[in-house]
Amino acid sequence: MKKNLSEDFSMEDSLEQIIQEKNLVYRPTRLMTGATLSYCPGCGHGTIHRLIMEVVEEMGIQAETIGVSPVGCAVLAYDFMDVDFTEAAHGRAPAVATGIKRLWPDKYVFTYQGDGDLAAIGTAETIHACNRGEQICIFFVNNGIYGMTGGQMAPTTLEGMVSSTTPYGRNVEQMGPPLKITELVAQLAGTYYVSRQSIHKAATVRKAKKAIRKAFEVQKEKKGMAFVEFVSNCNSGWKMTPNEANQWMEDHMFPFYPLGDIKVDGKLVKNVIQDL
Amino acid sequence: MAKVRGAIVVDIERCKGCEVCVVNCPTDVIAMSKDVNSKGYHYAYMEHPDDCTGCTNCAIVCPDGAITVYRIKN
Amino acid sequence: MKEIALIKGNEAIAEAAIRTGVDAYFGYPITPQSEVLEYLQLQKPEERTGMVVLQAESELAAINMVYGAAGTGKKVMTTSSSPGISLMQEGISYIAGAELPCLIVNVVRGGPGLGTIQPSQADYFQATKGGGHGDYRLIVLAPASVQEMADFVDLAFELAFKYRNPALILSDGLIGQMMEKVELPEPKERFTTFDQSWVITGKTADRERNIITSLNLDPELQYEHNIKLQQKYERMKEDVMFESFQTDDADFLLVAYGSSARICQKVVDVVRGRGKKLGLLRPITLFPFPTEVISELSRRVKGILSVEMSTGQMVEDVRLAANGRVPVYHYGTFGGKIHSPEDVLNAIEEKFIGGF
Repeated sequence: MKKNLSEDFSMEDSLEQIIQEKNLVYRPTRLMTGATLSYCPGCGHGTIHRLIMEVVEEMGIQAETIGVSPVGCAVLAYDFMDVDFTEAAHGRAPAVATGIKRLWPDKYVFTYQGDGDLAAIGTAETIHACNRGEQICIFFVNNGIYGMTGGQMAPTTLEGMVSSTTPYGRNVEQMGPPLKITELVAQLAGTYYVSRQSIHKAATVRKAKKAIRKAFEVQKEKKGMAFVEFVSNCNSGWKMTPNEANQWMEDHMFPFYPLGDIKVDGKLVKNVIQDL
Repeated sequence: MAKVRGAIVVDIERCKGCEVCVVNCPTDVIAMSKDVNSKGYHYAYMEHPDDCTGCTNCAIVCPDGAITVYRIKN
Repeated sequence: MKEIALIKGNEAIAEAAIRTGVDAYFGYPITPQSEVLEYLQLQKPEERTGMVVLQAESELAAINMVYGAAGTGKKVMTTSSSPGISLMQEGISYIAGAELPCLIVNVVRGGPGLGTIQPSQADYFQATKGGGHGDYRLIVLAPASVQEMADFVDLAFELAFKYRNPALILSDGLIGQMMEKVELPEPKERFTTFDQSWVITGKTADRERNIITSLNLDPELQYEHNIKLQQKYERMKEDVMFESFQTDDADFLLVAYGSSARICQKVVDVVRGRGKKLGLLRPITLFPFPTEVISELSRRVKGILSVEMSTGQMVEDVRLAANGRVPVYHYGTFGGKIHSPEDVLNAIEEKFIGGF
């Protein structure tokens, strides 16, 4: 017992040595407002918000960045990311961002949208903003479900996947197959960078952050639309624990929504027709 | 032999107990406390602090930005 | 000397927009107002003044581009016609909720539904009572000539920025398509410096974030916001505008706006020629409505006839203003038909029996 105690003490001493400002290697960016996130435990929104803000901080562009939040779980995104924001009507974020960017052509404008917002009600605005090559970034979070309204089928819900409006699983005969809108927009001339990422593992978070950085760089150089999808979980909607949901996502979502760059420097790097 | 040693500080009140950090820790440092924070969540803590390398994996996957990481070379 | 031009009402809107320093136009083609976008594109406003002009993929997109752009604090506008304005209602509600200044022009055609492409005044309710969801109002201006189509662009922006509220010009296919001689507005600089205290520019260290939103999940806050809006709409009464035409000694009163007011002016002349005392009150602002002056006149006249190209919409506001003091009738054709002065004369004889 005594021995254990003394070990504990030495450990405490050494923790104190380690936890000092000079040894700091990671602290959440100060461009998050500090407000408690309204998302469920284990939801990816918080991580994606933070990565976007880390990139904005690293590029030193907070004073030039304007976000557009959607209708959906991320409707209050402006409470968490410390940049100017406009809250858009359901699905209209790319049109709202177009209006902002056309009047502030030298500022950085991004939309943050879920799958229902971007790929169902906002399909027209998404496709046309991409087709015009608006100089904005679209960050698209695909968790295969309508989270905020309680887990209904989304355009991205997988075949056979259970949701509150497909209680026996998505029947593609009746509902059509899930929509791969990212592969779709990659084929438009206006998109310059299109990528699909995830944020459930440390390694994929690092890649996702690079994709976000790339997207902002594309906007900086006014090359065209930068579109990044994040395949994420909706563990409460899927009715799983966060870690179970992430595993389910790897097993079921990734085969249908494969990760990686789809279009780089205006050129397709994947056979998107085959992937459709 | 120089040993990299790390430590994390969990913002207990921000932690929602999702456990994503637990599975992302390569050295199995993190566990969930038996206690709960003011919102009723079991929060993450270093169960095996000696094994922490300060790799930051837990912090960068934390959806709530609840983890700060420190690292030192002994 | 002022520049004179012979142009269509729709072109007058477009030319005035360029001249008075409008920063952006987002629109989608629809008859009978497509000339606005066509004229703008032809004029290369991006070269003339730097004005942004973009053809959107739909009216939904157009109004949401306006919403986004209006958040930059600059002068932005759109134009459409009835079915397109219906599509925009969601966006207009957001703009009103977020208290953004902008200009929307409705060159009204007959409805309901796809209706007809001929002129109508059947969008009065939609324009003046809100139109979309929630308790809100637009500033509504009703031009009666091509000259006013040109003049009201700048006036609408002045009011929109004064109150940080969307303004709507309620025109119709008649005035939109009609050609008249117009004194073009004096060229005006685009905004170079302007109030940026509330606009989205990117957060700098010296200020809090600016958020453009119509969302208040807390009912207490939303309640307070609604009170603030209502107080603003009340204040707008100081900008009521109307035109009185031979009302001083009138026994009977016509109330008409826009195209109908032009027709009624002719009617007043004819009736006066017959020695009868008829007057015309033309509301220029439909919101705020000239309730007070109509109320005042209702104490002096024997009857009021509201003349509008609808089955009877403005007549409700006229009745509220008259408050039962005198009979208030409605006359008007609708569904794209335009009443002639003779039609109105017949209605006067029918309604005001014994009076004339």
